[in-house]
Amino acid sequence: MKLEMKDQPGQLVAALKPISAVGGNIIAVIHQRETSTAAEALDVQIVLELPEGRLETLLELLREQGVSVVRIGEERLLYKCTLIMIGHLMHTDLSDTVDRIDRTGSAEVTELSLAMPAINAPSSARITIRSTTRTEMKKAIRILRGVAEQKKLLIIEPLEDA
Amino acid sequence: MMRIALLGFGSVGQGIARAILAKDLNITVTGLADSRSGITDPAGIDLAAALDRKGNGGPCGTPGVSPADVVAKAEYDVLVEVTPTNVETAEPALGHIRGALGRHKHVVTSNKGPIALAYPELRALAEANGVLLKYEATVCGAIPLIHAMQEGLAGNTISRLYGVFNGTCNYILTRMAEDSLTYEQALAEARELGYAEADPTYDVEGIDAAIKLVILANTLLDMQTTLDDVERTGITLLTPDALRLAEDLDCTIRLIGEIVPEAGVLRVSPRIVPKAHPLVVEGTLNAVTVEADLAGELTFIGKGAGSTETASAVIGDLLYIHDRYVQGS
Repeated sequence: MKLEMKDQPGQLVAALKPISAVGGNIIAVIHQRETSTAAEALDVQIVLELPEGRLETLLELLREQGVSVVRIGEERLLYKCTLIMIGHLMHTDLSDTVDRIDRTGSAEVTELSLAMPAINAPSSARITIRSTTRTEMKKAIRILRGVAEQKKLLIIEPLEDA
Repeated sequence: MMRIALLGFGSVGQGIARAILAKDLNITVTGLADSRSGITDPAGIDLAAALDRKGNGGPCGTPGVSPADVVAKAEYDVLVEVTPTNVETAEPALGHIRGALGRHKHVVTSNKGPIALAYPELRALAEANGVLLKYEATVCGAIPLIHAMQEGLAGNTISRLYGVFNGTCNYILTRMAEDSLTYEQALAEARELGYAEADPTYDVEGIDAAIKLVILANTLLDMQTTLDDVERTGITLLTPDALRLAEDLDCTIRLIGEIVPEAGVLRVSPRIVPKAHPLVVEGTLNAVTVEADLAGELTFIGKGAGSTETASAVIGDLLYIHDRYVQGS
């Protein structure tokens, strides 16, 4: 999620406190100097993770602190992980493989690139999963590993976590 | 002068002999055995002649003299055990190492079997006999990884250790990525160049890399593991398409061995790695990254196999022992 506010004296500190109070996790604070505005009026963006259902409480607390939020950008799926699958992907029902991830509700397959070689030869696919949290990503990858074992697919994971 | 008995006179054993001949290392070989023959001489064996005999397809010593005879009877300070690895029983190397330690002789080995299967026992036996057991050459050939972790990084806690532990697989994957070769084509090329055995299972199924992880885990990271504890996937099913799909993201695929001590993770599997990552080395090179709490992240890159390169690790161990234990005579 992304909060945007005007950078007036004291606003940033006032904004950070309520975030931790509602159990949020600050990922980045970005100052952006807009060409149209005066040097002292900076835009501040705060990128954060927030537990489900806490947004209203946070906005209320921010209002109490006198922080004016200009815009809220909500991106649910913050974490991204790209893997490669090799095997008989079509014969083992690729849409079912994708569906098992999507069914979690907290992770979904957002990209799929499929290379199809000769008939009956194993195919290769690149699959991108996005999830709400790191834990949900681990869960999604565990599901994919299980599916791979069942369908005799090879899963190539990235060296580093999401 | 330090006296050594050399068991195994293949690629590594001959590399050691050539280094001793070429350099003033203060090492003399008083016992020598291959699988067919043996020779002992307290005054020092003529290594050039032994290399000649071997080069002409003959035995290195006298037929009928066994490695066990050399271990039990030769006069030496250090047994150098460089015979091929047996992953199931570690024999006959294990018995020879026990025999030498029991005679209060130091042991230096490049043989993964005994270290992976019986390190705690062998270490205790070495301690009880007041001698050292060194095994730098068992992991990543010329890279002094074990020395670095035992000495240079002493006092660090290792949170993760991962890298390219098998040069054969790395060569195959490098070639598949470079020229869109199929796995079979790249393997055939590796065989032609002598990088892969006639039966490549041990390398391409990740067994070799897995044994190295077991050695590192058991001897340096306070873990007690066996080969069965390593989650292992080889590279035989990889396709040129998969490498191309990785390439689209400026990544490639490498066979990565990984240990995460706290989580108890030991795993060998093909992984997607950014091409700019220091572990993406070309050809038969090995590369290992160690994450240590005090030192931070370190990456070691070097030749993981080869006659001279493996001899380098063995000689490093020998001179370590020489400097600390063996009095000049």
